Amino acid sequence: MSLLTCQNVAFAYEGITVLSGIDFEVHEGEYLCIVGENGAGKSTLLKGILGLKKPSAGQILQGDGLKPDEIGYLPQQTAAQKDFPASVTEVVESGRLNALGMKPFYSRMDKMDAEEKMELLGITDLKHHCYRDLSGGQQQRVLLARALCATRKLLLLDEPVTGLDPVMTAELYRVIRRLHEEQKITVIMVSHDIQGAVAQADHILHLGSTQLFYGRKDAYVSSEIGQRFTGGAA
Amino acid sequence: MIDVLVKMLSYPFLVRALIVGIMVSLCASLLGASLVLKRYSMIGDGLSHVGFAALAVAYAMNLAPLSVSIPVCVIAAFFLLQIKESSRIKGDAATALLCSGALAIGVMTISLTTGMNTDVCNYMFGSILAMSQSDVILSAWLCIAVLILYILFYHRIFGVTFDENFAQATGTRTQFYNMVIAFLTAITVVLGMRMMGTLLISSLIVFPALTAMRVCRQFLTTILLSAVLAVLSFLIGITISYLKSVPTGACIVVVDILLFLLFAGAEKVRN
Repeated sequence: MSLLTCQNVAFAYEGITVLSGIDFEVHEGEYLCIVGENGAGKSTLLKGILGLKKPSAGQILQGDGLKPDEIGYLPQQTAAQKDFPASVTEVVESGRLNALGMKPFYSRMDKMDAEEKMELLGITDLKHHCYRDLSGGQQQRVLLARALCATRKLLLLDEPVTGLDPVMTAELYRVIRRLHEEQKITVIMVSHDIQGAVAQADHILHLGSTQLFYGRKDAYVSSEIGQRFTGGAA
Repeated sequence: MIDVLVKMLSYPFLVRALIVGIMVSLCASLLGASLVLKRYSMIGDGLSHVGFAALAVAYAMNLAPLSVSIPVCVIAAFFLLQIKESSRIKGDAATALLCSGALAIGVMTISLTTGMNTDVCNYMFGSILAMSQSDVILSAWLCIAVLILYILFYHRIFGVTFDENFAQATGTRTQFYNMVIAFLTAITVVLGMRMMGTLLISSLIVFPALTAMRVCRQFLTTILLSAVLAVLSFLIGITISYLKSVPTGACIVVVDILLFLLFAGAEKVRN
């Protein structure tokens, strides 16, 4: 049973194809890492999976039991968020937006869920702090808690370690791994940090305007392209 | 102080100006909090210049000013909010083009037809004499619409403002909320610009939000404080304008500047 299937998918901007021949499946409980150089089409593919951008060819199928509003997404941070006056609680609770339905306000259950996710990520003591005053690593944890409020199944992470120092990077990878293992959450991560990503994931999708590699991590590490990109390190 | 207020309230035109002004300031500050945080601070300027051109054309063709300028401004607002990072012409450049382009068209239309007169001058710098009964009714409807949006859809507005991509990816109809905000902003600008003036209306949108952001650390308090500041600066501004016979728009903006400096100082002291 696959959670997500891409069948010969292609994407185009203003008629120019930027990514084509994408063919892979993500099953429940997997940890897929999408790697590739800048401009390889990683973020475009992620937008396609999220339904923010329509593929120009092929199709993206969401498998059994995955509703479009059950996806947790950790986007790249925007410049606008740097001076945004919002408390940590406000940000985390906004992950419950897709569960609001017709209700105008969050119910007690929504609030409890947000509290629970903050506890899970160890940010409960920051809950009254202002989001803009936090460190980069703390901000990522807040956004991760928000993503978890939106999903129980699938977490999509767009360059989660960008701008973090090595200590914070390792810490964030550890948090994601724990969620993957303990909460049984399927993870799809886009990253240019190939070494780190390869160490974490069990499947690798390597993009370079087209699909250069898709398969298990061990196969990637021993493949020619894997050797070249990881420098044989992983 | 009290007798000044009583005296002010004895003039029907001032009562109308007060009602419209309070409601427009309130709407502008609520919408402005979202717009400033979404980096659309210049939208008020863009729209007011387009509104000016529309009013000039309406005058030349003897049409009702509001029925021309509101649809034109709504279209311009949709256009401006559509412009994304990926567009060929970036948002700030598009706004600049629209501002000067619309102003030029407005000035050309006026020069070729009626010539520069007091009415035109009022549109540039604002006048409290400009408010009619229909403005009062329209601003009441506007105010109701904005309050409904910001109370019943508060959490969705937060989601769309803080992180549009996340909100959209998790199933919020962000496009719809952007459209509603653009629509209400256009009406706010058209209503407010005849009192504040084309050149000053965008201050109603940006000042309260920016001032509140100096000290607030939550979205909710930012919105509430900016609404209070907007109404306060309007009331102080219009009173000074009445006492000293100076243009209302400029008075309000000067009060806004003082409040901003005060809050910026408070922020410095706290840090």
